[in-house]
Amino acid sequence: MNIVVCIKQVPDTTEVKLDPVTGTLIRKGVPSIINPDDKAAIEAALRIKDQSGARVTILSMGPPQADAALREALAMGADEAILLSDKAFGGADTWATSSTIAAAVRKLKYDLVLTGRQAIDGDTAQVGPQMAEHLGLPNISYAEELRLEGDSVIVRRQYEDRRHIVKAKLPCLVTVLSELNEPRYMTPGGIYAAYREKEVLRWGRADLDIDDSNLGLHGSPTRVYKSFTKALKGKGTVVTPDSPQESANWLVDRLRDKFVL
Amino acid sequence: MDFDLTQEQEMAQKLYRAFAEKEVKPLAHAIDEEERFPVETVEKMGRLGFLGIPIPREYGGQGCDNLTYAMCVEELSRVCATTGTIVSAHTSLACAPLLDFGTPAQKEKYLIPLAKGEKLGAFALTEPNAGCDAAGQQTRAVRDGDSYILNGTKVFITNAEAADIYLVFAMTDKSKGTRGISAFVVEKDFPGFSIGKKEKKMGIRASATCELIFRDCRVPAANLMGQEGRGFEYAMKTLDGGRIGIASQAVGIAQGALNETLRHVKERKQFGKPLAAFQNTQFQIADMVPRVDAARLLVLRAAVAKDTGKPYSAIAAMAKLFASETAMAVTTKCVQLYGGYGYMRDYPLERMMRDAKITEIYEGTSEVQRMVISAHLLR
Repeated sequence: MNIVVCIKQVPDTTEVKLDPVTGTLIRKGVPSIINPDDKAAIEAALRIKDQSGARVTILSMGPPQADAALREALAMGADEAILLSDKAFGGADTWATSSTIAAAVRKLKYDLVLTGRQAIDGDTAQVGPQMAEHLGLPNISYAEELRLEGDSVIVRRQYEDRRHIVKAKLPCLVTVLSELNEPRYMTPGGIYAAYREKEVLRWGRADLDIDDSNLGLHGSPTRVYKSFTKALKGKGTVVTPDSPQESANWLVDRLRDKFVL
Repeated sequence: MDFDLTQEQEMAQKLYRAFAEKEVKPLAHAIDEEERFPVETVEKMGRLGFLGIPIPREYGGQGCDNLTYAMCVEELSRVCATTGTIVSAHTSLACAPLLDFGTPAQKEKYLIPLAKGEKLGAFALTEPNAGCDAAGQQTRAVRDGDSYILNGTKVFITNAEAADIYLVFAMTDKSKGTRGISAFVVEKDFPGFSIGKKEKKMGIRASATCELIFRDCRVPAANLMGQEGRGFEYAMKTLDGGRIGIASQAVGIAQGALNETLRHVKERKQFGKPLAAFQNTQFQIADMVPRVDAARLLVLRAAVAKDTGKPYSAIAAMAKLFASETAMAVTTKCVQLYGGYGYMRDYPLERMMRDAKITEIYEGTSEVQRMVISAHLLR
């Protein structure tokens, strides 16, 4: 069993503060973490490895600093880590990103490809499913439970109002939610081994069989037009009606005003 | 000279901090109130290798350096000094001497399960009449065929109730003074060995500190650690290393108190502004921060000296003296800045102040550290 887990290093948004003057995010000094959904994907792969044996390869595209995220995955117990890093990959949107990572996955042996549902910085949830398209794999998204049975994977996927239990033959790509599991801690010895005995392979443009038209900024059909912080909402209105009936009426009227109802 | 941590040390620090915040901090108040040994935390730490950080992998440890170990004790102690003590006593006082002085068979039988965290260790030197003057051991060990028979009482033993394996010091030949003291590895269920009174303490109240009682306790001769008559030397060398652990604990307590106080003075408003806006607060903080930083640098120097095979006895004593007195001074000031809330048991500051005091006392009082430091200079 070969499992490839795709992860992204993201700023820890719980540590991000707002600039009180400009209202924009202050990213300086914010620690980087493995995207929480992706960390659950690593844990899911490692549990399969613990139970029935598997070789777990971690793949990430990003700047050289993303090395730390891959070392962390190695320290948790992954076998191999590859960092896709090249100026040519820079400025990629989800299409170029998924094309690049899929090109790397093609070079690897895999039965199961796991990714997180979405990254907490971009929040698109597109890269995983797009990769499945590029690779011609069945895709199950939003996994909140995942197990293997023979040559299939059985996933409970979470929608807003319902759950599906879906079975797919391997090879398959599954995007997982952070609710899937509680990722394990690293161990001190695991950390030492991740830096001293294991290696993070670096793959650049030349290592991938991919058309330039699908790479980086130039291969990105979408562009970010403008990004801004949402204006803070007003203070709100406090009303003190005499009865629950009156409160409900008041609320329904306001919702009608805003065409919600 | 490089003051930066290595990448692996930095990541280990991140690991300890995450573990401390998530697993240790939520229990700190309750285990102090209930004087309850945190078995569940110790089990988790064992599984994660926190109970054998500086022990080589061949003996079940994590194979990390002493600095990486010291950081663990600091990070745990920032949120719960008791948890720091449990790790420090186990690692520095039980695992380390077995590694340094144990026979190959003892390492196999005792060090491996200790370092893997399957068993917990304790160190038994102090007696009712042998505290700072550890040479005055009254526990006796008499050879009887293939065994030694131990009789006596040890007091104030950290981890005592929860431990499985004890390093016990006893007089094998009183006529030889300190050269008549030997060290033994005692298992919890050896006949004649029992746990006595559990102490009620001012601080580190969850560390299961008890008396150990030996009544004709039969210990196999194979459990004599190292050589007969060298126990006192082993104990002193072990305590040199232990001081790095306690100094780290003290730095952790001080930093933890400082962190809580920094948060409080920014939030708490009096006379229409946050406490942090008053110059008194600013100056108090500015007095504390450099002391804590200096204490940490001394600890790191001691740990690096040990890691690089240099003499570290004096520097470890300096680190322990300075860090513990810093912890006491800083926690006292922090309680003052916290005001009435600082004195209340619903807030962590008073616990930190109570916990700080022990670091000036155990594993060599501040006075003993001064003796060690001056002896290095004046000999």
